[in-house]
Amino acid sequence: MTLATFLVQCLNALQYGLLLFLVASGLTLIFGIMGVINLAHGSFYMIGAYMAYALSPWAAAHLGGGFFTALGIGLVLSVAFGYVLEWMFISYLYEREHLQQVLMTYGLILVFEEVRSILAGDDVHGVAAPAWLAGSVPLGGLMTYPVYRLFMSAVCVAVAIGLFFVIARTRLGMAIRAGASNREMVQSLGIDIRFVYRVVFAAGVALAVLAGMIAAPVSSVYPGMGNQVLIICFVVVVIGGIGSIRGALVAALLVGIVDTFGKVFFPQAAGMLVYVLMAAILLWRPEGLFRHA
Amino acid sequence: MTRTLPVALAVVGLAVFPWLGGKFYVDLAMTVMILAIFALSLELLVGRTGLVSFGHAAFFGVGAYATVLLSSKSAAPSLLWLLPAAMGAAALLAAAIGALSLRTRGIYFIMVTLAFAQMAYYVFHDTKLGGGSDGIYLYVKPVMGLGSAVWLDLDHPLPFYFFTLGCLAAVFAFLAMLSRSPYGHALAGIRANEQRMRAAGFSTYPYKLAAFIVAGALAGLAGFLYAVKDGFVNPEILAWHQSGSVLLMVILGGIGSWRGAVIGAFAFVALKELFQSDVVFGAFARHWQLLLGLTIIAAVALMPNGLIGVAAQLRARRRASATKIAHAG
Repeated sequence: MTLATFLVQCLNALQYGLLLFLVASGLTLIFGIMGVINLAHGSFYMIGAYMAYALSPWAAAHLGGGFFTALGIGLVLSVAFGYVLEWMFISYLYEREHLQQVLMTYGLILVFEEVRSILAGDDVHGVAAPAWLAGSVPLGGLMTYPVYRLFMSAVCVAVAIGLFFVIARTRLGMAIRAGASNREMVQSLGIDIRFVYRVVFAAGVALAVLAGMIAAPVSSVYPGMGNQVLIICFVVVVIGGIGSIRGALVAALLVGIVDTFGKVFFPQAAGMLVYVLMAAILLWRPEGLFRHA
Repeated sequence: MTRTLPVALAVVGLAVFPWLGGKFYVDLAMTVMILAIFALSLELLVGRTGLVSFGHAAFFGVGAYATVLLSSKSAAPSLLWLLPAAMGAAALLAAAIGALSLRTRGIYFIMVTLAFAQMAYYVFHDTKLGGGSDGIYLYVKPVMGLGSAVWLDLDHPLPFYFFTLGCLAAVFAFLAMLSRSPYGHALAGIRANEQRMRAAGFSTYPYKLAAFIVAGALAGLAGFLYAVKDGFVNPEILAWHQSGSVLLMVILGGIGSWRGAVIGAFAFVALKELFQSDVVFGAFARHWQLLLGLTIIAAVALMPNGLIGVAAQLRARRRASATKIAHAG
């Protein structure tokens, strides 16, 4: 393996890990703060990708914008969608067992997948990247690296920094952290915890939709794409520790590295390596790498 | 008496069913019985021990794959070693997965079992071990006999039907006895309050692991029956949809009741057949998963105690309205 190939694989691992972080951070927030296990989180990623596929041509035709206009519309829609979804399906599950949450969100997956099949069919579709991001940058003497993948990593890093800032430095972040440790106490201090939960859920949905939208030009859109991401994100959350954003970031990068280099060195076992990593970490630390958020 | 009568009636009903129902419905009844065994094995974990496993399809699938991979292509394998081997393979996997996953609890446990089951899925999907994603056929079905005399040939539908019914009855009786044994009481204690059980001197980990292994072996039995019935297995039987379906059966029927698991399996198959039927839903039957999803959502919202709890729910409501009337008068 030459230095240039190694570098390309490193960038791929970084980009994949950061994308996983975007999806897994929403998942871990919803777990950690609301105590809800959300199987439908992968569906939001899928919805995001299909939004990019459906909205980009529409935005180009009617609004004169392209990919980024679609991205903006998609984010606004996803926040509204998450807000309504929490109100309709999730809000009365907080006091129930995890089992009921599993079942409810499993039902939502089936509904989302079939609605997707009715609206967009079961074919694989490509999504065009914006023209000015379509090129590649030279890397070493022979290799090049697509600009769009660098752009994806940059977006993920920006979102990660924003997320850390909101959680650690703002009033809303304070309410969120307080709500995670003691729901009743926060309520008695005059903070509307139901509203905080709804915001967290909407933000989680928006993060997954954003990940799906920016990933669409690279991965294309296809049936079942959400479930694949969901299960890898479970692994990320388990490794990182539930509720820990920092843990999700470290674990996502770790999974990105293991998966990318696993495909290079052990192509037959690549599908399993991530789970072996999870098993090893569980042996060492059953509660994940970062236990407390 | 009121508890055993419905069970006895169900057994008698199933025993005479092959002479009453058509071929299609007899086949469906076999599917229900196999899934009922699968659901019963999960009920041991979810309802009796308080362990929500979302990867139970792995043991079902490994039992089915072991059945196919261990039998020869030309001669009929003997049931006497093939069935224990299939259950043993599933139990072995359950021991490995359980030993690791039981170090975690709650949400972690749900996710970890799902992830390990997915790992097993990839083993069969990505490697050539079991024919890859195309699956693999069972050429000759197992028999039971001594020397050249064959007592039971599972290639014929009627013997297979009664063999499956016998397995279901045996599993039901075994689990009912297990829950009345000291071991079963210990599991109930773990479900109610694990900390307290530990304080009372129980080392809870081996109890939970044993339950996980027994449940895995019973799921392997269901997998064995599935492989023999269809004569074909593919990786989809290990997929997480299968784990979700069996969890759905247990919850649909009602947690905490062995009968609930059987009723849940029946209700699941009936719903699936209904939603997939062209006669009722026409072209929309292609999107049967949409209707299934909406049913699940409605069931969670309206029947928190499952089908078996609906009667109690209605009774409570009637009593409440009766007292209201009494107070008003």
